[in-house]
Amino acid sequence: MIYREAGQFKTSYAGDQRVFPILQDRWCVAAAILFAYAIPLLANEYWLQAVLIPFLIFALAAIGLNLLTGYCGQVSLGTGGFMAVGGYMTYKITTNIPDINIIVVFLIAGLCAALVGLVFGLPSLRIKGFYLAVATLAAQFFIGWILNKVGWFYNYNASGTITAPPREMFGIVVTGPHASAEVRYLVALSLVIVFALVAKNLVRGKVGRAWMAIRDKDIAAEIIGIRPLQTKLLAFTISSFYCGVAGAMTVFLWLGSAETEAFDIFLSFNILFMVIIGGLGSILGSFLGAAFITLVPVFLTNAPLMIGLSMPIDMQKHIEVMLFGSLIIFFLIVEPNGLARLWQITKEKLRLWPFPY
Amino acid sequence: MRIRTLVLAAMTGAVGLAAAAQVPAQAQNDQFFPMLVYRTGPYAPSGIPVANGFRDYYTMINERDGGINGVKITFEECETEYNTKLGVECYEKLKNKGSTGATLINPFSTGITYQLIPKASVDQVPILSMGYGRTAAADGRYFPWVFNFPTTYWSQASAFVSYVGQQEGGMDKLKGKKIAHVFHNSAYGKEANPTLEALAAKYGFEFTGLAVDHPGQEQKATWLQVRRLKPDWIFMSGWGVMNQVAIKEAAAINYPMDHFVGNWWSGSEADVIPAGDGSKGYKSAAFHGAGTGWQVHKDILKYVYGGDEAKAKANNMGEVLYNRTVVNAMFGVEAVRTAQAKFGNKAMTGEQVRWGLENFDLTEARLKELGMEGFTRPVKVSCEDHETGGPIVIQQWDGKTWNVASDWISPIREVVRPMVVAAAEAYAKENNITAQSCN
Amino acid sequence: MLYNFLIAPFLDMAGSPVFFAEVVISGLLTGVMYSLVALGFVLIFKASGVFNFAQGVMVLFAALTLVGLMERGVPVWLALILTVAVMTALAFAIERIMLRHLVNQEGIILFMATIGLSYVLQGLGETLWGSNVKRLDVGIPNASFEIGGILLNEFDLFAAASGAVLVTVLAVFFHYTRIGRALRAVADDHQAALSVGIPLKHIWIIVWSVAGVVGLVAGIMWGAKSGVQFSLSLIALKALPVLILGGFTSVPGAIVGGLIIGVGEKVAEIYWGPLVGGAIETWFAYMLALAFLVFRPQGLFGERIIERV
Repeated sequence: MIYREAGQFKTSYAGDQRVFPILQDRWCVAAAILFAYAIPLLANEYWLQAVLIPFLIFALAAIGLNLLTGYCGQVSLGTGGFMAVGGYMTYKITTNIPDINIIVVFLIAGLCAALVGLVFGLPSLRIKGFYLAVATLAAQFFIGWILNKVGWFYNYNASGTITAPPREMFGIVVTGPHASAEVRYLVALSLVIVFALVAKNLVRGKVGRAWMAIRDKDIAAEIIGIRPLQTKLLAFTISSFYCGVAGAMTVFLWLGSAETEAFDIFLSFNILFMVIIGGLGSILGSFLGAAFITLVPVFLTNAPLMIGLSMPIDMQKHIEVMLFGSLIIFFLIVEPNGLARLWQITKEKLRLWPFPY
Repeated sequence: MRIRTLVLAAMTGAVGLAAAAQVPAQAQNDQFFPMLVYRTGPYAPSGIPVANGFRDYYTMINERDGGINGVKITFEECETEYNTKLGVECYEKLKNKGSTGATLINPFSTGITYQLIPKASVDQVPILSMGYGRTAAADGRYFPWVFNFPTTYWSQASAFVSYVGQQEGGMDKLKGKKIAHVFHNSAYGKEANPTLEALAAKYGFEFTGLAVDHPGQEQKATWLQVRRLKPDWIFMSGWGVMNQVAIKEAAAINYPMDHFVGNWWSGSEADVIPAGDGSKGYKSAAFHGAGTGWQVHKDILKYVYGGDEAKAKANNMGEVLYNRTVVNAMFGVEAVRTAQAKFGNKAMTGEQVRWGLENFDLTEARLKELGMEGFTRPVKVSCEDHETGGPIVIQQWDGKTWNVASDWISPIREVVRPMVVAAAEAYAKENNITAQSCN
Repeated sequence: MLYNFLIAPFLDMAGSPVFFAEVVISGLLTGVMYSLVALGFVLIFKASGVFNFAQGVMVLFAALTLVGLMERGVPVWLALILTVAVMTALAFAIERIMLRHLVNQEGIILFMATIGLSYVLQGLGETLWGSNVKRLDVGIPNASFEIGGILLNEFDLFAAASGAVLVTVLAVFFHYTRIGRALRAVADDHQAALSVGIPLKHIWIIVWSVAGVVGLVAGIMWGAKSGVQFSLSLIALKALPVLILGGFTSVPGAIVGGLIIGVGEKVAEIYWGPLVGGAIETWFAYMLALAFLVFRPQGLFGERIIERV
């Protein structure tokens, strides 16, 4: 009833090939974007800084990893490393050439990360599955080590950390301590929307189909004329580009200052959780997964207070951790294909609701 | 399937709704101290005594004096697991609580301190990173909101060299000696390296840095290098599990433990106990006394634990990190008092506390009133100097307790201070910060 | 520059052969310690195709339980037995609550589920036994002695010996017992094994229990070094390169892999580390494993996968 596509006839090829072919989807997405832009009017600084900005950044990184893992089938645990490259290169470029627009710097840093991703993607031609996953940890540890070791990356400062300097766009401060949370949120939101749309387009085109063919059976894909080397490397490159930009945003729009520990292996694991919990091979899933991983702990931390339960803070944390783990297991048992699949099921139901038969 | 989906949808909705609700802030005349603690996670063994120390001192002030000049102290813990990202969340959650917002913040994590330094001036919450964080912040002209008195990593490293000089019988005896620095391979661990290198050039000792990979559970390679190098002295900047393993490995290669000196984050009870008898003789730096022999401990025992010594002991009273945070909490409270002397006996805002910190003058007489005579040293902060280069003391583990094993040793200020100023200027240049006038 | 990297380290090794021998020996001993952790992964992967990320936390949980019991005055031998019982009960619970519902899911889903499990176990362990560091002393000798200029530690030797015994027992178990054969059958194909009448549930409980016991041994060895605390679970990260180098499915592979990684990373750290500023062990181990993988994508002893379209 609500979600009925009957009667929506496509009269042109362009209409048939739209990103969101169904009217309701278009409305939903438009409404969601509009709402997202209106959020700064509603939310306070805690919400923006501690929940929404990280959510956006994680969503972007999750999209990046989803392109690689969900669409191309290559499991990677080097996400944190690629994000670190993005963060550090942005710092290096913008402190040495302050005149370049900061968004352009993000993109250049993303390219650097893409290049690094390309190199670490090379073994994927021979190594598969969990072997590849563990092998990508080499990238994670090596990048962390070298960024920490080589002073050039952090301008030889004594503390070895990078700090986001103030940068302006159209006369508004977007990075650094004086940038308001609202501005940083809006910048992050705009970037994420653009990149999500690009990703959505990428995966339904030739590139995306090649990735999925490789994912489903690489030998078969090779036989029908898809070159595994180029396809896999392209996936690594683009995925790392996304992660690199997300890393730049982490330092410049969220944390404001970082050392290599901010991009440790647990970040890589977290991004992988988001992709799997959200749904492999789904852009929407990346958002849902990021929301799950950022929102649930915040909820679990604040829940006991709200129902007036007070307990020692360490006990509360332990329970929180256990609940979080149980929720992951629960969701995987109930719906191994992720939250995106749940949404799909909901849509199916909505099509007939309230008259299912 | 239907029910399952419904349950799921309900749960997802509940998460969203519940997360949207906010915890109401209490509004009264109180002085709010936010506490970023880590009672769980990999650094919990250090985090627990730290958190208990703050809690007990604040409680004691409320119970004994009825607050700071009549203004009750309130405080709230927020668990960070020593994770920088959770630290940011906690900070955002706590910074506006209480009647005047957060008084000041003690991040107790180098990572979180770096994070908060740029925000401090914007949010008007002063940072008191006592003996950690960004050393360059000691230059108050560029970091008006950040205080790291009584002393810093760089001062500590130089005081360690002074100590070695004393032990060897004069600074001239350092020539040709070998000193190794075993450090956690992170921003924190590397802090002491430039100072030690500069001092090596000045005094002619041979300096070797030995990096230990995070988290530091496996250090065989490092200690093999020590075995080959045979350094006369070892200085260690470790943290977490690295400390316990390093002490164990040093004992296993029969290194003389009394020539092995940890920095002040490498010398708590949790660090030496796992190594058992092997750690006997191990030394570490501190800027406060060891044990429970001071009036302040008696007060805490009386007012917080009602005289229950076993309970106090179970809550880490008298442990190294506990004592350190008692000093830290005292600094915070006294800064508020200093501010109240100027602005009146009411709850102080962040801006006023900043003034209090900048004009902080803790005299010997005041320490005596506080029951901390000899426990720590007088501190006088100035607008330029937020560090004060306070002296350190070397403590030694006898297998049961930590005991003070040296006099107060002053840092070599003529080497350290110019380095601080240079680092602060570089930071300021990069971030377009202009110096505040100090006249 | 080239001389420093390519020639000087070798001259250094040749120059002091005794020290080089000490480096190699301590690398071998460390390698066995890694193998102990890697073994737990191998067992579970072999029998159920699950890459059990929770193995690190199981090591922690086992050690915490042991220490916790001992702190409450339980004698060592009883505490050991009780801990084994707890780990078995845990295996039972994991099978009942988690694995049973995830039969035939993809590897990555199972992997995720074990990550969830690691959160649960971590919270549970800390709730039960506290977050403080605890000293673990089960009476293993710990004196150092020197033979021909090479410093050895009794504890390291003991650990290596117990590792060797454990591996031999497990290898024999897998190859010559009825249950062992059933385990291998399950590893090959869940459904085929079910259809010839192998009870999947029991096999899983057995293998998770054995992995728990292996975890306990690893926990005792590593816990004696650092004290029992949260960081013990991070030891899994040291075992992963061993795992891919030896192959996910090979018990002897875990040992050989451990030895190669142990010696490789020590030699690299000591002779090449100082040239680039040290602390290269972690990534070097992964790079070394990666280099081997490029030539043998299934690890040294892993089963070759024959792919068909």
